[in-house]
Amino acid sequence: MDLYRRRIWINRLGIGLSMAAMSFGLLALTWILWVLVSKGFSVLSLDLFLKDTPAPGSDGGGLRNAIVGSGLIILVTTLVSTPVGILAGIYLAEFGKVSRFAMATRFVTDIMLSAPSIVIGLFVYALMVVSMKSFSGWAGSVALSLIAIPVVVRTTENMLKMVPSSLREAAFAVGAPRWAVSLKVTLRAVKAGIVTGVLLAIARVTGETAPLLFTALNNQFFSGDMSGPMGNLPVVIFQFGLSPYENWNKLAWGGALLIALLVLGVNIGARFLFRQNNKS
Amino acid sequence: MSDKNSIHVGEVALQVRNLDFFYGDFQGLKKVNLDIARHKVTAFIGPSGCGKSTLLRTFNRMYDLYPGQRAEGEILFQGRNLLDKKQDLNLLRAKIGMVFQKPTPFPMTIYENIAFGVRLYERLNRSDMDERVEWALKKAALWGEVKDKLQQNGLSLSGGQQQRLCIARAVSVKPEVVLLDEPTSALDPLSTAKVEELIDELKNEYTIAIVTHNMQQAARISDYTAYMYLGEMVEFGITDQIFIKPARKETEDYITGRFG
Amino acid sequence: MSDAATPIGDEAHARQVGKFKRQDRIFQFVTMGFAALVLASLLGVLLSLAMKAWPALSHFGPSFLWSNVWSVPDNRFGALIAIYGTLATSVIALLIAVPISFGIALFLTETCPVWLRRPLGTAVELLAGVPSIIYGIWGLFIFAPLFAEHVEPALQSVFGDVPLLGQLFAGAPIGIGILSAGIVLSLMVIPFIASVMRDVFETVPPVLKESAYGLGCTTWEVVRHIVLPYTSVGVIGGIMLGLGRALGETMAVTFVIGNSNRIVGSLFAPGNSIASSLANEFAEADPGLHISSLFALGLVLFVITFVVLSISRWLIRRNLGSEGI
Repeated sequence: MDLYRRRIWINRLGIGLSMAAMSFGLLALTWILWVLVSKGFSVLSLDLFLKDTPAPGSDGGGLRNAIVGSGLIILVTTLVSTPVGILAGIYLAEFGKVSRFAMATRFVTDIMLSAPSIVIGLFVYALMVVSMKSFSGWAGSVALSLIAIPVVVRTTENMLKMVPSSLREAAFAVGAPRWAVSLKVTLRAVKAGIVTGVLLAIARVTGETAPLLFTALNNQFFSGDMSGPMGNLPVVIFQFGLSPYENWNKLAWGGALLIALLVLGVNIGARFLFRQNNKS
Repeated sequence: MSDKNSIHVGEVALQVRNLDFFYGDFQGLKKVNLDIARHKVTAFIGPSGCGKSTLLRTFNRMYDLYPGQRAEGEILFQGRNLLDKKQDLNLLRAKIGMVFQKPTPFPMTIYENIAFGVRLYERLNRSDMDERVEWALKKAALWGEVKDKLQQNGLSLSGGQQQRLCIARAVSVKPEVVLLDEPTSALDPLSTAKVEELIDELKNEYTIAIVTHNMQQAARISDYTAYMYLGEMVEFGITDQIFIKPARKETEDYITGRFG
Repeated sequence: MSDAATPIGDEAHARQVGKFKRQDRIFQFVTMGFAALVLASLLGVLLSLAMKAWPALSHFGPSFLWSNVWSVPDNRFGALIAIYGTLATSVIALLIAVPISFGIALFLTETCPVWLRRPLGTAVELLAGVPSIIYGIWGLFIFAPLFAEHVEPALQSVFGDVPLLGQLFAGAPIGIGILSAGIVLSLMVIPFIASVMRDVFETVPPVLKESAYGLGCTTWEVVRHIVLPYTSVGVIGGIMLGLGRALGETMAVTFVIGNSNRIVGSLFAPGNSIASSLANEFAEADPGLHISSLFALGLVLFVITFVVLSISRWLIRRNLGSEGI
């Protein structure tokens, strides 16, 4: 009986600790999000979207140049990384089941998924900023693409692997060539999953700051020119957050809230879409 | 050797000679010989794992998709060995269609499901294509049910309808041979009956090879039956004979065992 | 008979088939090209970092790695301060994050009511997606002041007089430094590690757990004796993945580490990690040895995380590969 009691108490202790861990995690994270909402909400106004970032020490202003810049950089990133990622993913799923080359690519994809993003920034700086002699929105997009592509490759390959082999065989059975089987049948069958992957990739790069620090840099003025330095939300948050000016700090909170809402929104949207499509 | 499994009635669509099949080191088929008669239904029966599906998948070389699987021997089709390395697979598969165990509609509209295969080898204008789609769907006895919803997704159909759509798809490219790999095992009895009727229709124009685990089905629809066991062709002959008076003890055991 | 390549079919078909062959070759070539691009990106990163780091590495020699001087005015640079900061913050982060993540994963797979499992699991995954800059700005404005006012003095009063241990908590409680950075970092990696651990725990076949419960085991005993041994490889892989993330994290650290190029034994003291040095100095670095040294730091970071992530990948794959036994 004693032994039994001891076991029960150990069990209770373990379970209790695990519940404590869960509550600690949830509490800490709701705290962070709550602070974000309460600090950022007061800054949310029309001005945030209509006015550019203010000069140091001055009042008012908004984040228009940064929002537009981020939008452009992410748009180009999406346009680049979607086709590259999907085609590379198709290669891995269709042609590269066992080849050495495919194994190496798969390995590199996994590493790049978690590689330090600041190092990617260094690489693109050496590759583009040095040779073009200017920080640029293009360089920022390339850096973000290098982070987004592995996400798209991974999901594309995983989704294609989930296609029942009978569907692939059926497409081959009507005499279709390989490209038609891939692009017109299997890829279409997992459309929702791949859109989800692209959305997750967008969510992932939206908040990335480090790779933009030495590529897109920042621009306190409104600019639609991708070949010059470009304002963007994460770098503005970084600079304004670390600055001694109260107005800048406030704007940093506003920007942080915007980014968090965007990232969470896209993430939830992606999940919702995937679930919706997997039901039928 | 090959005489045993030859049928000298009518024309022969496929001649299988000394066919061996390997999954890596495992031998899935051992020295299989048989003739598949033109415009007849040939059924393959036997316990699961006996090699009947494997045999069917050599006819359109579906196994080629998977590394490590290979076939040796000869399968003569239109005077050529289709196991030949030089054989073009796309073309072979356009000539020898296949329908699978589970319905496999492509993720596109009903219309496109049919047009997809046709478009691969023929350039038809809009009205010819419409005609062809209608023709194929009528062949599969599906036209009446879907003629008003051709633009709906193929996946929106019921299981039985999906399977008939797949049959229509296989027929639409006007193949010589249609392979059916347990086509009714995922269907309800009513849909099964429809598909069986359909097979009976189709054999007027196509050579049909069907794998089935359901012996009544083999008895009902086939002209010839092959009983396979452990990768070997145990007995092959006219269906009625196989079911009424099998020559081999093993065949009889299997058939009577199943019939209870 | 002359057309040996197409034993079956007429001429129109043969042409079509020829076209398919060419198209398929192009298709394979194009997709392979994009896969090669992915492969090349990693090699490109390594190569470009190595080239740009070369002037500094050849000037300072291997001692670059263990020299603890980082002085722009003197044009002398060594990596030790940043390596120390990177490792110290990551170790602190893991010490906190691992037990908590384990608890969360355990809760999600074993004790959580079924109706809560999905929402809580999704919440953890969503939190793993929160951009690290959010953690950074929260750490600077909210966490650091509270930490300086309440926690650091308390730590000092408890451990301050203990020999050796006391030194770790010496110095002014300013709320910014190695310890703060480690704690903020831990909050960032908890969702990562927790969701990998949960995925790994879920690979345990239910039959195995059921047989243990059938013997009368408690939940804790099932976890301790069945789940953990079965998944140990994957669990370590998950921890390594978290370590890889922590080592390379820039924003969550840069805001609160204090940006000081000194090594002081105390955990309260400000310092610098590789990533934070890069974030703070790179854009304004002098061309020449300074910028080259920063590239060398980047190379060191990349090599360390490469090794850690490779091991983690190998372990996780091995575990997930043994699924279904």
